[in-house]
Amino acid sequence: MSSKEQQDESIRQILAEHGRLAAPASSIARDAELSAHGLTSHATVNVMLALEEHFGIEFPDQMLTRGVFTSIATIQAAVEKLVDAG
Amino acid sequence: MPNRHPMIDRMKQIAADVASKHAPDVDRHARFPVETLAALRAEKALSAAVPEEFGGAGMGLRDLAAMCAALGQGCGASSMVLAMHHIQVGCIARHGAHSAYFQDYMRGLVEHQWLLASMTSEVGTYGDTRSSICAVDIAGDRFTLNKDATTGSYCGHADGILVTCRRTAESPASDQVLVLVKKDDYTLTQTSTWDPLGMRGTVSPGFKLESSGHVDQIIPGSYADSSAVTMVPYSHVLWAGLWSGIAADAVSRASAVVRAEARKRIGETPPSAILLARVSQDLQSMRHNWQQVAAEFDEISADAGRREELTTMNWALRFNQLKCACSEAGPRIVHQALQIAGLMGYKNDSPFSVGRHYRDLLSASLMVSNERIAAKSASLLLVVKDD
Ligand SMILES: Cc1cc2nc3c(=O)[nH]c(=O)nc-3n(C[C@H](O)[C@H](O)[C@H](O)COP(=O)(O)OP(=O)(O)OC[C@H]3O[C@@H](n4cnc5c(N)ncnc54)[C@H](O)[C@@H]3O)c2cc1C
Repeated sequence: MSSKEQQDESIRQILAEHGRLAAPASSIARDAELSAHGLTSHATVNVMLALEEHFGIEFPDQMLTRGVFTSIATIQAAVEKLVDAG
Repeated sequence: MPNRHPMIDRMKQIAADVASKHAPDVDRHARFPVETLAALRAEKALSAAVPEEFGGAGMGLRDLAAMCAALGQGCGASSMVLAMHHIQVGCIARHGAHSAYFQDYMRGLVEHQWLLASMTSEVGTYGDTRSSICAVDIAGDRFTLNKDATTGSYCGHADGILVTCRRTAESPASDQVLVLVKKDDYTLTQTSTWDPLGMRGTVSPGFKLESSGHVDQIIPGSYADSSAVTMVPYSHVLWAGLWSGIAADAVSRASAVVRAEARKRIGETPPSAILLARVSQDLQSMRHNWQQVAAEFDEISADAGRREELTTMNWALRFNQLKCACSEAGPRIVHQALQIAGLMGYKNDSPFSVGRHYRDLLSASLMVSNERIAAKSASLLLVVKDD
């Protein structure tokens, strides 16, 4: 598995555990809107905490937007950026 | 600071000439402030939040809040009606401006001065505005939408209602849209009474709504977005504005009592003047809180490239903190005003009475529960770094 695939996998696991989604995280399309699957702002906080813990990163405040948490693809883009910078 | 919009001075006039005259009767009978609404319509105040390109006054959030503060000095309930109406118009103006339907609707609103109400509450969601049970049901280009709302301010007097609901019957509770329903296309069945402590003139019992309409009446985008960048900011700033207006009127009644005392013993500062100095300081903090947040909001909103900033958790936190701080300051300020005015403030039939002010402001911490908001802030603070 490439590191990109691993990231995708970890993000889905975190979403499954903390996102309180209406569908299994493993079956959600990468570009699908997570809000349409029931991701709330409260659950977003928990997802973010888990991402910070798992990847050893910290989201700066200007990245704490709903845009970053739109889909699995946007989350991964943000995680990659922070991992690369760290 | 830019110049005050002339509309703000007109609100002062309406507050003094109309709203304050009828406020005691509106309050006593828990009736809708029809006289004030007629005066607002005559000034075209109901289209203050409509952008100029559609014929409105195009006022920003800071000026709209100053309007509410000015009117709130005359009648808190009237100002709450105006604030709630501005919130609905703000959602349409900021999220429907690219829709031909809503452009036309805004032109109509300017011409006819339609009054808009709101139904975010619902039986079974327990005060959580970000979840809905009801869903909009679309067939072809028509929809039907039925909702059982716990609280529907002035719905019986409105020309339209913005209703939150799930996007489809299959959508999760948090996947919501905002739908405009129009008076000719709905029926309302009142489901509870309205005999509250304060804000009595908002006439806010529960209602069962049954409505239909054209799919164009669904505001484009998601309510998650319009709530974060418009409904919550507008609500918290405009409410804070009107609460500060109510508090200011209570303080001005108390200071009239102090001045009368000072005139009797010229040369001595009355002991109550010290209390007045303290309460005046609290009132200033309260005003500066919403004025600053509103000014920054207007600055960001004017710059399309910065609009995303409003969706940051940092901003969500600021709006929450503004609401909680001002809703707590309001009754505290009136309480201090009562201590200053003494019995003259305590008697309902005295010109210095602050009873209605106190009762009106007790709604502030419940109108979206401060505990609920504080719980959200607590959760945001786990990730916001204030860096
Ligand atoms: C004057 C007035 C006008 C209104 N007009 C309208 C209107 O036009 N349209 C409309 O839709 N609604 C309107 N509302 C309703 C308003 O939007 C809220 O829905 C309502 O005030 C909340 O009711 P609640 O206190 O029963 O619910 P809740 O918010 O559920 O609060 C109930 C209790 O639970 C506690 N609580 C709730 N959640 C939490 C949490 N997460 N953490 C800790 N404690 C919690 C609170 O402390 C509170 O004591 C109006 C309300 C008022 C007072």
